[in-house]
Amino acid sequence: MSAVTATRPGVEESAHRRPRLPVLARRWISSPNAVVGTFLVLAFVVAALLAPVLAPFDPNATDLRARQIPPAWLDGGTSKHLLGTDQLGRDILSRLVFGSRIALIVGLGGVALTSVVGVTLGLLAGYFRGRVDVVISRVIDTLLAIPNVLLYLVALGVFGPSLTMLIVVIGCVNWTTFARVVRGEVMAVSEREFVDAARANGARDVRVMLRHVLPSVAAPILVVGTLNVATIIILEASLSFLGFGVQPPTVTWGRMLADGRDYLATAWWLATFPGVAITLLGLGLLFLGDWLRDVLDPRLRGR
Amino acid sequence: MTSYLARRIVQMVPVLFGVVTIIFVLLRVSGDPVQLYLPEDASVEQVEELRRALGLDRPLPVQYALFLADLARGDFGESLRYRNQNVLTIVLERLPATLELASAALLVAVLISLPLGIVAALNRNRLPDAVASAVAMLGRAMPNFWLGIMLILAFAVHLRWLPVSGRDGFANLVLPALTLGTSIAALLMRLMRSGMLEVMNQDYVRTAKAKGLRWRRVVVKHGLRNALIGYVTVLGLEIAGLLAGAVVTEQVFAWPGIGRLAIQAINSRDMAIVQAVVILAALVVMTANLLVDLAYALIDPRIRYG
Repeated sequence: MSAVTATRPGVEESAHRRPRLPVLARRWISSPNAVVGTFLVLAFVVAALLAPVLAPFDPNATDLRARQIPPAWLDGGTSKHLLGTDQLGRDILSRLVFGSRIALIVGLGGVALTSVVGVTLGLLAGYFRGRVDVVISRVIDTLLAIPNVLLYLVALGVFGPSLTMLIVVIGCVNWTTFARVVRGEVMAVSEREFVDAARANGARDVRVMLRHVLPSVAAPILVVGTLNVATIIILEASLSFLGFGVQPPTVTWGRMLADGRDYLATAWWLATFPGVAITLLGLGLLFLGDWLRDVLDPRLRGR
Repeated sequence: MTSYLARRIVQMVPVLFGVVTIIFVLLRVSGDPVQLYLPEDASVEQVEELRRALGLDRPLPVQYALFLADLARGDFGESLRYRNQNVLTIVLERLPATLELASAALLVAVLISLPLGIVAALNRNRLPDAVASAVAMLGRAMPNFWLGIMLILAFAVHLRWLPVSGRDGFANLVLPALTLGTSIAALLMRLMRSGMLEVMNQDYVRTAKAKGLRWRRVVVKHGLRNALIGYVTVLGLEIAGLLAGAVVTEQVFAWPGIGRLAIQAINSRDMAIVQAVVILAALVVMTANLLVDLAYALIDPRIRYG
């Protein structure tokens, strides 16, 4: 990368300059994926924020006379329960709406913590190199050697599964992707003239890292972050499915799937709709993340 | 080759050391492990007695050294559930089931991603490419275990072609392998596509076409073989992901592997089994990565390890 751009500084310059806002808006509106992605994500955010208003029922209100009612469009369905009810007569739609809260809180909280840890360590490794880099890279190697779900399960088993613990554990394990991307970017950026100039002007390492290097790697962080929210939401669903997510009575999509797994033969909708919800939210985030990547930093393709 | 192998094996030591240390920190330093072993209403005397028996009254560095010494002897401690049995043996008995599932899944992933990636690249921006991209996008967005549940719904509950769960023969393997395999197929397909696109633009491919070689030969010999290098690298990196996915897949299909064993052990606070599973899983991942590196030499004759 740097070998190519050293001879053609103009190319590098334009590749790194961020598009201005009106340009961004025009490219957004002309990309169907980006528009669809934005609306999908917004729909779930609105659902999560306004859950008590939007949900037709209390998500935990059981109604034993209305158990396993199929979705409204099937025989036996009622317009009262659009997506049907579960084995205890709870309204599926209301549970999905409330479940979006945990998915988004864990997704956003997890990515926030993950990025702080990952960006910090990646920045240190890429900037100082040498021994710092070796130590951080070894830790990354170690974390990558353990199948991550096992690590999450052990940690949540030891500390007890709760919303806070879930986010903390995700932050402690999931940061390797960020660290690796940031490390590579920082290594390339640190070679550039403006970093040397800052140093020559007597700026301290911390200032150079935060004021000069970090802004140059903002685009990859934003892209990896957006895509990572989708990864964490799916992870949260898996952990909840295995019984290690946020515990009842809080509603989670993963727990709904786990419960629905036992009723496949009699009530397929229990295990189907939570998966559809996760997939739609995941699609929205991926559309958005892929679009951001294409606009901000096409070199990140495939990461 | 031998010296390369020796060097790689030596490099595995610090990583393994790191894995063991993480396990120690998680299981010993964080909170009192005695609480994990005893019922909540245990008396103070009982707690103290167990603590002494387990050596937990000694300073942490001593505990750590003893822990390492035990592991070096293959002693993972005593299981709460399987008393008087060697913990390592219990875990090793379950390992073949997981390896069987993971290998079958790897095969599924390659069988899906390789042809789809090639077809997508050769038909860039046309219908097959668009379809493959859409499928890959869906594969990334979908929680994999949910796909497994939907497969059960379709093929086991409704069509009754395949069994719902368990491990009794080939029929039992189909759905779990499909589920786990598709979890990495999307990524691999995108990789194959971009690798193929890159290679097919190279000068030597144009030369091969220009000198009138048969199209299939150009694609396979000049294109595919070179595009495979990046593909195999990521395939190796995804093995840890495959084992992580196996933990969930095993739970969906009640597949009796180490993932299911680990979940049972964590739920019953059987920490000896837990640490054995994690360490063994890390060993499997490291060995698989090593094998992948050695496989490069088979694909690319330019790579020689010395």
